[in-house]
Amino acid sequence: MTVYILRRLVFLVLSLFLASAILFVLLRLLPGDPANALLSVGATTEQVEAARASIGSDQPAIEQFVTWLGQMATLNLGTSFISGLPVGPEIATRLAVTVPLTLISFAVAVVVAVPVGFLAAYRANRWYGAALSAVSQLGIAVPIFWVGVLLISGFALNLRLLPAGGFPQGDWANPAAALRSLTLPVITIAFVMASSLVRYVRSATLDVLGSDYLRTARSLGASFTSAMWHHGVRNASVPVVAILGIELATTFLGAVVVESVFALPGLGSMLLVAIAQHDYPNIQGILLISTFVVLIIGFLADLISRLIDPRLRAVGSTKRAVRAPRAVVSR
Amino acid sequence: MNTRSSALVALALTAVLALTSCSSEATTANETGANATINIGSVYEPQNLDNTGGGGQGVTEALNGNVYEGLFRLTDTGKIENLLATDYQVSDDGLTYTFTLREGVKFHSGAPLTSADVKYSIEKVTAEDSQSARKSNFSVVSAVDASDPTSLVVTLSSKSISFIYNLSYIWIMNAAATDRKTTEDGTGPYSLDTWKRGSTLSLNRVADYWGTKAANGRVVFHYFTDATALNNALLTNQVDVVTSEQSPDSLAQFDNTEAYTINDGQSTTKLLLAFNDRVAPFDNVLVRKAVTSAIDNKKLLSSIWGDYGTLTGSMVPPTDPWYEDLTAVTPYDPALAARELTEAGYANGFAFTLDTPNYDPHPVVAEFIKGELAKVNIDVTINVITADEWYTKVYQGHDFSATLQEHVNDRDVVFYGNPDFYWGYDNPAVTTLIEEAEQSDTAAEQTAKLKAANEQIVSDAASDWLYLYPQIVVASTTITGYPLNGLNSQFYAYDIVKSN
Repeated sequence: MTVYILRRLVFLVLSLFLASAILFVLLRLLPGDPANALLSVGATTEQVEAARASIGSDQPAIEQFVTWLGQMATLNLGTSFISGLPVGPEIATRLAVTVPLTLISFAVAVVVAVPVGFLAAYRANRWYGAALSAVSQLGIAVPIFWVGVLLISGFALNLRLLPAGGFPQGDWANPAAALRSLTLPVITIAFVMASSLVRYVRSATLDVLGSDYLRTARSLGASFTSAMWHHGVRNASVPVVAILGIELATTFLGAVVVESVFALPGLGSMLLVAIAQHDYPNIQGILLISTFVVLIIGFLADLISRLIDPRLRAVGSTKRAVRAPRAVVSR
Repeated sequence: MNTRSSALVALALTAVLALTSCSSEATTANETGANATINIGSVYEPQNLDNTGGGGQGVTEALNGNVYEGLFRLTDTGKIENLLATDYQVSDDGLTYTFTLREGVKFHSGAPLTSADVKYSIEKVTAEDSQSARKSNFSVVSAVDASDPTSLVVTLSSKSISFIYNLSYIWIMNAAATDRKTTEDGTGPYSLDTWKRGSTLSLNRVADYWGTKAANGRVVFHYFTDATALNNALLTNQVDVVTSEQSPDSLAQFDNTEAYTINDGQSTTKLLLAFNDRVAPFDNVLVRKAVTSAIDNKKLLSSIWGDYGTLTGSMVPPTDPWYEDLTAVTPYDPALAARELTEAGYANGFAFTLDTPNYDPHPVVAEFIKGELAKVNIDVTINVITADEWYTKVYQGHDFSATLQEHVNDRDVVFYGNPDFYWGYDNPAVTTLIEEAEQSDTAAEQTAKLKAANEQIVSDAASDWLYLYPQIVVASTTITGYPLNGLNSQFYAYDIVKSN
C-alpha cells in the first residue's frame, strides 16, 4: 500500500508538470497580446511597448515558461498581468468560497442521493420508486444555470427568503450570513448532482439486490438489513465511490456557471474574467490549482476504492492478474 | 411517518428557518439618514486601485471624487470647478500656470497636502510606465515647480486650453504612500474600508474632511459579472442603485413601479462604423457618404435601445461644449446613397469585410448594417474578432476596411486631428483647426474652432457615427442625490441620501 501511495504521488507531480506545460503552450497559441487589455483607445505606441515590457509578454515564450517554472518551484504563482497583484493570495480568497460551495453541495447531494437511490431501487415497482427515478431523470436533463435562475426567481425575488446572489464582505467572519448566501447555490448544485448520483446508487443497488451472495446470506438466516449491511453496502459502494470522485471534481470545475448566476466571488468567476482579459498568470494559476485538486480527488477516490474492495489491492500488487490475454489471432 | 423521520424533518425545517431568518450584512444596513449605508451595484470592478497603473474604468467609478480628488472637479453636468486648487493664474504667453492650493487639506493618513504631492501626482501620469489613457494629453507639460509648498507652478511647452479640464482627471495622491494598487491615501470625503476582490469595495465617511461631509455614512460598491444578477440585487434591495444598465431589456421590471426610478442621463459613449479612410473604396468621400446614407440609424438605435439613446450625427456628444446636431448633413436616404455610389463608380456596388468586436452590441449591429447595405448592392462580410485582436489588427495594424467600435471618452473628436489614428482620416484643414483650438486663448475661440472642425469631419463622412449610448441609472426611490450622467465613468456618492 505504501509503495502504491508513493507511486501515485510521483505520478501526481509528473501530471502537474505536464499539465502546466500543456497549459502554457495552449495559452500562448491564442491570438492577441495581453498587453492590449491594459490599454484603451488613445494609447500611444510607446505605451503599448511599455505595457508589453512591464508584463514580460515581449519575451520569448520559452523564457516566460522557464520564469514561470522557477516561480512555481518556490510556490509562487506570479503576478497578474492586469492588476499587477499577486495571483496566489487572490486564488486563496476565492477558494474560501468555491471549496465550501463544492463540499457542502457534495455532502448534501450524497446525503440525499444515497437513501433516495436505494429507495428507488428497493421500491422500483412502487409508484414512489418510479417517481423518484423520474425526478432524478429530470434533474439530469435540465441545465444547471436554469435551476439557479428558477430558485432565484422563487426564493429570492418572490418569497424574499434568501439573497439572490453575492457573498458577505467579511467572508466567513459571519458564518450565518455566508451560509445564507450559499444556500441557493448549494441547492442548485446539489439537486443536479444528486440527480445523477441517484441513478448510479439505484443501479448499483439493483445489482446487489439481484445478486447471489445476498440471496445466499438471506438463506443462511441473515435479516435483510444485516445482509445488506454486511455484504450489500460494500459491494454497491465500489462503483459509487468512483463516480463520487468524478462528480466532486466536475462540481469543483463546474462551479463557474453557478458562481456567475449567483454573483459569488469564487474561483470560477475569477477564471471567467481572467480569460476575457488574457491574464495568463491568473489563468495558469487557477487551472493549475484546479488540476491539482482534481488529481488529489482522483487519488483519494482510488485509495478509498482500494480500502473498500480487497480485489483492487490484489490487482495493484500482482500485475500478472491484469495482463491482457494474448491475442487469439496473431500474424 | 415514523418518529425518527419526523424528527429529521423537524430538524431540517429548523435549520432552514434559522438560515432564512438570520439577517445578512446587506439587509442590516437599513439605517437611513446621515449614517445610512448606500449600496451601489456595478459591472465595472476595478482591476486595482491605481488609475495610472491599469485600474480601469471601475477604479474611476468607485474612487474618483469619493476617495481621491483633483485640483479641479468635473461635475456631473460637465462643468469644471475648483477643488484642491482655490485659484490659478495664467501668464500672458499662456505657458505658465500658478495654482494656489487649498489650505487645511489633509490626506486620510493625516499628512497635510503640499505642492510636492501635486507635482508627484502629475508626474505619475506623465511617467514612462504610466498606463493612464490621459498620458498623451499631458505631453505639453515641460516643468513642474513645487518649491513653495502652498502653490505649484507648471510650465507648458505650448499653449493648452484643455489643461485645466485635463487636470480634473489627475488624482492628487500622497507622495509618501507606498501601495497604491490595494490601498489609498487620498483627500476625498471617503476613505477605503475594504476591497474584497470579485465582490465588494466599501468606503467609510471621513470625519475630518476639509469640505462638506458626505451625506451618508458608508458606501459599498457591489460588483457583478452578470447583468441579470445585478438587476436581481436591485429587485431584492441588496443594492440601492445600479450605476449603468447594460441593456434596455431589463428595464421593464423597474418600469411602472413606485419602488424604482429609471433615469435617462447623458453618456459620452458613441458607437462608430469606422471606415479605413486610407484604402479603397473608403478613401472616397462619396462612398463613405453613400454608406452612411444607406443605414437607418434611427431604426438601429430603437432596435437596440428602444426609446433610449440619441442620434448626434457626429463624434461630439451634447455634453461637449462644441456640440451641435449634425444628423441632417448625411441623412438616411437610400436613393441618395444609390446615386452617390453610381457617381463614385460603384453602380453595381462592392464588397467589404466588417471587423466586428465579439461583444454586445457589435455583432447585432453588424447584422443590421449588412441588411441595410445589401439594399444598395453592398455586400458585407462580418468578421467577428475579440477585443484583443481588435487592438492588434485594427488599432495598431490598421489592417481593416471598416470596423465597429464604441468610443467612451468625452471631448474625443480631437482624435480626427491625428492622421495616424486607426481610421486614417487625414484632412490637413481639420488637423490645423484642432491644433489651433488647443492653442486658443478663450473657451469661446476653442469652441468655435472645434465646431468648425467637427462640421468638416461630418461633411467628409470620416466615419458613420451610428448613435450615442444612453446612460441609464436605475435607483430605488428611497435614495436621492445620485449622479445621473456617465461622464468619464465617474459616480460621486457623497450627496446620496437614503430615506424610508
